[in-house]
Order: sequence, then structure tokens, then C-alpha cells
Amino acid sequence: MIQVKNLVKSFKDGQTETKVLKGIDFQAQQGEFIAIMGRSGAGKSTFLYQMSLLDFPTSGEIIIDGEHSHNMTSEQKTNFRLTKCGYVFQDYALLPELTTIENVVLPLLMQNINKKDAYQKAKEALVRIKLGHRLKNLPSQLSGGEQQRVSIARAIANHPKILFADEPTANLDNESSQAVMDFFLQLHKEGQTIIMVTHEEQYAKLAQKIVKIDDGKIISQIQN
Amino acid sequence: MFLLNLKIGFFLALRQIRRANVWTTGLIVFVMVLTFLNLVVVSGILVGLIEGSIAAYHAQYTGDVIISNLNNKKYIEGSPNIITILKNMDDVKSFTPRFSTGVIAEANYQTKKDTDKANTASAQLIGINPLAEDEVTGLSNHMLEGSYLTPNDYDKILIGYFLLKQYVTIDSPDFSALEHVYVGSKIRLTINGVTREVTVKGILKSKVDTIRRGLFMVDSEARELMGRQDNNVSEIAINLKDGVDPITFKQKLLLAGVDKSAKVQTYADAQPQFLKDIVNTFATLGNFLSSIGLVVSSITIFIVIFINALTRRKFIGILKGIGINGKAIEISYIFQSIFYAFLGSAIGLVLVYLVLVPLFRAHPIDFPFSDGILVAPLAGTLVRMWLLIVSTIIAGYIPSRMIVRKNTLDSILGRN
Repeated sequence: MIQVKNLVKSFKDGQTETKVLKGIDFQAQQGEFIAIMGRSGAGKSTFLYQMSLLDFPTSGEIIIDGEHSHNMTSEQKTNFRLTKCGYVFQDYALLPELTTIENVVLPLLMQNINKKDAYQKAKEALVRIKLGHRLKNLPSQLSGGEQQRVSIARAIANHPKILFADEPTANLDNESSQAVMDFFLQLHKEGQTIIMVTHEEQYAKLAQKIVKIDDGKIISQIQN
Repeated sequence: MFLLNLKIGFFLALRQIRRANVWTTGLIVFVMVLTFLNLVVVSGILVGLIEGSIAAYHAQYTGDVIISNLNNKKYIEGSPNIITILKNMDDVKSFTPRFSTGVIAEANYQTKKDTDKANTASAQLIGINPLAEDEVTGLSNHMLEGSYLTPNDYDKILIGYFLLKQYVTIDSPDFSALEHVYVGSKIRLTINGVTREVTVKGILKSKVDTIRRGLFMVDSEARELMGRQDNNVSEIAINLKDGVDPITFKQKLLLAGVDKSAKVQTYADAQPQFLKDIVNTFATLGNFLSSIGLVVSSITIFIVIFINALTRRKFIGILKGIGINGKAIEISYIFQSIFYAFLGSAIGLVLVYLVLVPLFRAHPIDFPFSDGILVAPLAGTLVRMWLLIVSTIIAGYIPSRMIVRKNTLDSILGRN
């Protein structure tokens, strides 16, 4: 599903170049639930952003669903993210002027799914995540946990090949965090590939595999 | 793909506008309204100053069509024939023949000592049929003091207020006006050495130069003073019935051979050349000022959209992150720009046509040479509205493109 070869990412600040990822090799199979862990600044989120095609690596190769990322144009990457990836961000990343259902339906409409079907799918995703009663609320009218669930509904509404989650529970209380993780487990059982960055060990342990990163390198991959 | 981007752009724009801060939207629309007014009203008033003058000249002096002497003649030869032709033409509503000649008017001839300078003013003496003249030009409506002429008035004149010192405070060696002349005063007129004492019956006030600097007398009196035995007049002002086109009527007169002994002009042809030149100059000046307004509004919209897009950079990043095409995001900002420009222009249109044009018509701006009105022809206004919308689209598109082109992840994380 995902193959990463000798991935390097460095940032330049004037004359200073900081290498955040120092030649990572990694593989994820279809249907796997992988947790990426590491201390702050270890490079775990940067690694996720490269894999999920949100950023450009300095060097190395990413093959995702059989496609080489370095051959893709920016527009192709955008389209790839639209059709094959789902994203859950730490801060929910909802659009404040769109209602719950509009946030979820937007990527579906962008895929040229007809309006009626798109809204139906969006509604189903929200009902599934127990937000069927909040369809017309704006994000500002929802709690943090609810916002994160909307974010998940948006990510899964069109059944992506891979679900990328960057610290999805970091801003949530225990109850909401547990609800998010329960939902991830349920998705995993249904065969969803999930790659999640987290620094919380109790949630990482729920994943099928834990990949630990330190100083820009994978230091261990443990099967749970 | 373009249609899809258009659809998504509209979806985003609609919601951003609908859920935007009302005050912010109001402020942007207010700027657009002011810009629209700047585009239409500034040039409209500049042109309106001259249009007011042209309209006054048309209504108060030339009528719809004016027949005047050929350049090398003192009067229209065969005037009675032309008058007969006019009487037989169905298109003619009314006409007024005039006798006209240069005259020296003198005020202090009774009191001046040998060492005093004569208080004189050069003017045009116009002999009129008071009733016909009033029917064509409404001359009696311009009485400032005294009363209008009647056909039986003897040795009575109407004098334009610009010839009287008490109304005109210009102190220039080139400008002479009569002092201490009021209604009932006597003045002396001299034409080719022939003098006659006349009484001022009324004072005329108008912004048409021929009236405010003219002396009007009953035609039979004027002819006598001019020493004219024939019935040839200097000019004939004609008013046409409603719906008759002056140009078509002029052609009819030309076909009738009137141009052999007279100059035939529509009111537009007869405008003084300087007025025609000023119209063009003011129109150019108005367009120049409007262009500046357009640039200023474009910059304003650019800044507004840029700040809007910049503050929403994170959300633009998220949109790109979840796979929304950059073009759709740009289009959403274009739609917003169109909304602001369209709403601003629509409010501007209502203000111009329902408030400002009627207001200026009811209360023209009092300029020395005209009553300034607001000229805003619909076609021209729509062109300006279109220009405003196009410039706003460009001004909205550029900053949104600048922000959309930024790295997706940098936008999401707020990194520079």
C-alpha cells in the first residue's frame, strides 16, 4: 500500500539546514493500523506529511497505492489526496463557515458525485459517527470531541484507501479520545488502512503495529 | 473540470459571504458603492455642467432648429418666404423671427460732465415679437426685475443683468457695465450713429450669454432703430412638435432650399464651438478621474481580498489538503469579488437614478455659466459598472492566487 525508500526531509533557514528525516525506509500493507510514536521533534508528523503527500520530501521515494509520488504534479497530488486519502488533524481542520454536513460533503462534491448522493453519503458518515443530530451546526457550535468526529466523518465519507491521522486525540478529553480510538478500531476491523501519529502510548497500543521514530530515523517497529 | 471548479468555487463563496461578518461585508460594499459613484458621478457632473449650459441654450435661445443669416450677409435674404414655408410645415410648433445688431448702450449721458468718461457697454440689440419669442423660448420666465415686453411697448427695452454693474462685480478694463441703471431708468442706444433714448422695462437673468448680455426690444421698434425698411430678419428660432427629430426637420428645410439664403442648424449644431470643446475635454477629464477611482478601488479590493485570503490561509491549506482543487478556491474568491462589485454597483445604480439624478434635476448646481445637472446615460453607466466588475475580478483573483499557490502544508501549519 505504502512503500517509503530512503526518505530525507530537511528544512533550510538561511545558511542552516536541519535534517528532520534522515533516510527512512518503511512499508505499510493494506488494512494495517499503524501508530507512529516518538518524542516531540523526533520527526513523526513530518514523516506522516511526506507519506500523505501533503509535503515534498527533499529526497527519497514514496510509492503509494502503486504510484510514485515524485512523478506526480501538484494537481495530481491534490487529486490523489482527494480520492485516495482521508485526513484527521490534531486541530480538526474544519472550515468555520461550513456546517457539519457541508464540511463532510465538500470533498465528495469535488469528486463530482452528484449533489443528492454526496449529501446522502455525508449524512451516513455523520450518522455513523453519532452526529446525525448536528448536521446543520457550525463547527463553533460543537465541542472539541464532536469537531474531531466531524473531521473523521469527512475523512471516511468516501471510503479512502488510507486514513492519515495526526495526533487525533491530542486536544481531546479521555472520553472523546476513547470514542475516536474506538471508531478507528472499528474502521480497522472493516479493513481500513490507518496510519496515526500519536504520543500517547495507551492509544498507540491499540494499533496493530507501533513504529518508533527518534532523531529522524525509525528505531523500532513492534507488532502488537 | 472547469465546471466542477466553478461549482465548488460557488459553493464556497456563497457560504463565505453568507456567514461573513456583516460589518466587514457592509464596509466592503460601502467602498464599492463609493467607487461606483466616483466612476459615474464625477464625470457625470463635469459633463453635466456643460450639458446644463447646452440645454439652457437650446431651451432659451435656439429652439430645436435655428435659421440664421449666412456668414457673409447681415440678415436672411428672402426671410418672408422662409417664414411662409415654416407656417406651412406641420412639424413646426412655434417660431420666432429676430432682428439683431450690435449696439452701444450709454447710462450716464444725462449727468456726465465734459471731463467724465461715458458709461457705455457694447451689447446685441435683439428685436423680437414678444409673444412669439415667449412661446418659443419662454423669455418672460427670466425676468429678474420689472415686467416683460408687450407688442405695443414703445421705446421700452429688456436688459440682460450682465450689462448692469450692480449685478456684476467684475472690475476689469475689458469689461464694461452700466452703472445705476434700474427698472424705469433711461439709457441711450446708438446704432451706426443713430441714437435713441429708451426706458428699461425689465431686467433679464439667464445663464445664456445672448440673453444676459442682450437688449431686447419690440421688433418694429428695433427695425426702425436699425434703419431697416425690409422684412428680412437675422434669425428664426423654431420649436418642433413633440417627437419630431430636429435633424430630419433640418433636412426638410434644406430640401426646400432654405440653405441658399440662410444657415440652417439644429440646436446641437448651433452650440458655440467652445462648448463642444469643453464637453469633450470634461468627458476626457471625467474619464481620467474615473480611471484613478477605478485603480484606487482595484487596490482596495486587492487589499481586502489579500487580507481575507491571508487570514484564511490556514483554511485554504486545509481545503487543498483534503483535495479541493486550487482553481476552485481561486474561483471562490472571484465569486466573492463579483458579489461585492455587483452589490456595490447595484446600490450605486439605485442611488444614481433614484436619488442623485432627480436631486440634481430639482436642485442644479449653480455655476456662473450653467445650472449643472448630473448626466448619467444608462449605457455609459453600465459600461462603467462592467469596468468596475472586471477590475474587481482581477483585483480579487491576484491575491487569492498568491495565497493558493503557497505550499499546502505551510499554509495548514501557518509556516512562512
